[in-house]
Amino acid sequence: MNEPVIKTEKLTKRYGDFIAANELSFEVYPGEIFGFLGANGAGKTTAMRMLCGLSAPTSGKATVAGFDIYTQTEEIKKNIGYMSQKFSLYEDLTVMENIKFYAGIYGLSDKMIKDKSEQLVEQLGLKNEAKKLVSELPLGWKQKLSFSVSVVHKPRIVFLDEPTGGVDPVTRRQFWDLIYDAADQGITVFVTTHYMDEAEYCNRISIMVDGKIEALDTPLNLKKKYGADSMDDVFYELARGAKRKAD
Amino acid sequence: MNAVTLDALTKTYNKETVLAVDKLSFEVGKGELFGLIGPDGAGKTSIFRMLTTLLLPDSGTASVDGFDIVKDYKAIRQRVGYMPGKFSLYQDLTVEENLDFFATVFGTSVKENYELIKDIYIQIEPFKKRRAGKLSGGMKQKLALCCALIHKPSVLFLDEPTTGVDAVSRKEFWEMLKRLKMQGITILVSTPYMDEATLCDRIALMQTGRILSIDTPAAIVNQYEGNLYAVKSGKMHQLLKDLRAFPGTLSCFAFGEFLHLTFINDTIESEALVKQYLEAKGHTEIEFKKVQPTIEDCFIKLLKD
Repeated sequence: MNEPVIKTEKLTKRYGDFIAANELSFEVYPGEIFGFLGANGAGKTTAMRMLCGLSAPTSGKATVAGFDIYTQTEEIKKNIGYMSQKFSLYEDLTVMENIKFYAGIYGLSDKMIKDKSEQLVEQLGLKNEAKKLVSELPLGWKQKLSFSVSVVHKPRIVFLDEPTGGVDPVTRRQFWDLIYDAADQGITVFVTTHYMDEAEYCNRISIMVDGKIEALDTPLNLKKKYGADSMDDVFYELARGAKRKAD
Repeated sequence: MNAVTLDALTKTYNKETVLAVDKLSFEVGKGELFGLIGPDGAGKTSIFRMLTTLLLPDSGTASVDGFDIVKDYKAIRQRVGYMPGKFSLYQDLTVEENLDFFATVFGTSVKENYELIKDIYIQIEPFKKRRAGKLSGGMKQKLALCCALIHKPSVLFLDEPTTGVDAVSRKEFWEMLKRLKMQGITILVSTPYMDEATLCDRIALMQTGRILSIDTPAAIVNQYEGNLYAVKSGKMHQLLKDLRAFPGTLSCFAFGEFLHLTFINDTIESEALVKQYLEAKGHTEIEFKKVQPTIEDCFIKLLKD
């Protein structure tokens, strides 16, 4: 099998007495769409922040894109893309300016920036909107644009934190088309969501409960294991036992 | 008398360049649990803010409990509860202090209406000395609901109470709503989650300030014309591409572990033809079955029409 692009071993983060992420061990492979699920407060964001090199673990090991999350965080940041539920786009820059800005930040050459931004605008069907301010775009377009800039530098992995909240069902599916396209190009997709139908679109899923990974497998195997008809039921079965949500 | 009536209610923003609510008319009966279902930008929040008298309409009229939203705003404010989408309690007051504050503002006390919030409040009571800003998302939501209920409103407006909330907490929240409904409170709730639509008595499916359809969830599903099929194979993403390229396909989109498919001309041969086509494309483990549409299927169809 391929070398994993993410590999963690007993990855742990403590805040005082509170263990936000408790001995997480898992691997994610190139081109995989990996769903990272859990109830509010289960520790997903903490884990993601460590993997992105934004927060140092308390103990345990992990590599992301082959780089160590303690010592090579700058290398990690160059090799990943990140899209959060809060927009990382600049509302008072135009669509084109946002793309160029991010491409520049990630060190693409002037020629690449020019080609890439034209290609992206075309691909997203935003030609008429290229000179509009991002603040004028509907939410669905912002999300698609936000995703596209997060992979503009062709990262090894892209982290998506609840990327599809609040949009209509058609736009939500268009967003997943973009995710599939990225995965087809070999970009590994690490995604969190509260939509359980979206969990079905992932190759494998992990479910966190109270800081630990309680389940990790393909959607099909998880449903078999828990004798459930849908991922909704699997999630409910695992997460309803959570103690932390009451905290 | 209806609890809420809207008549050609209209709201624009940005010097009338953005049409948020477009001549909307509908009614909500007393004691009804009514859902406004739609994505961001559908106009849900604008409607709520007009009905709670926090925003003036451009034109049209509306009433809540028989009171006009413009003329009788003071009377309406006394009798509605409103839980905005954004957490709006006092972050630096404790759980207890927030609740006391809202009760006092409405000229009542926590004790007087405790029965109404008891079920919900006991879940956060262990944290009553904690500042609201330090609560988890689920807890904040419960406190906000208590504060919206403490003056015993006749109509309760809940703007996206479950957005960003995990599947378990969402279920719990709807259980709470059911119990409130049994106490006779009229509830208007908005949500972007289509699966929550079936938990309402009646729903309005909304997009960009307009109503696409308004009825009971069951009736909306019954109005779905034509057959809907669920298809699955070993390679789902390839299947989606192939089915979209199939000449007989009207629409095909991902739906959980299956793809949902409709045909331009649905005949008895459709199934055999599509299976033949997929086998020729190299698909294996093909599953094909007719399914009942969900509200989400109806919404997608309405968006495309």
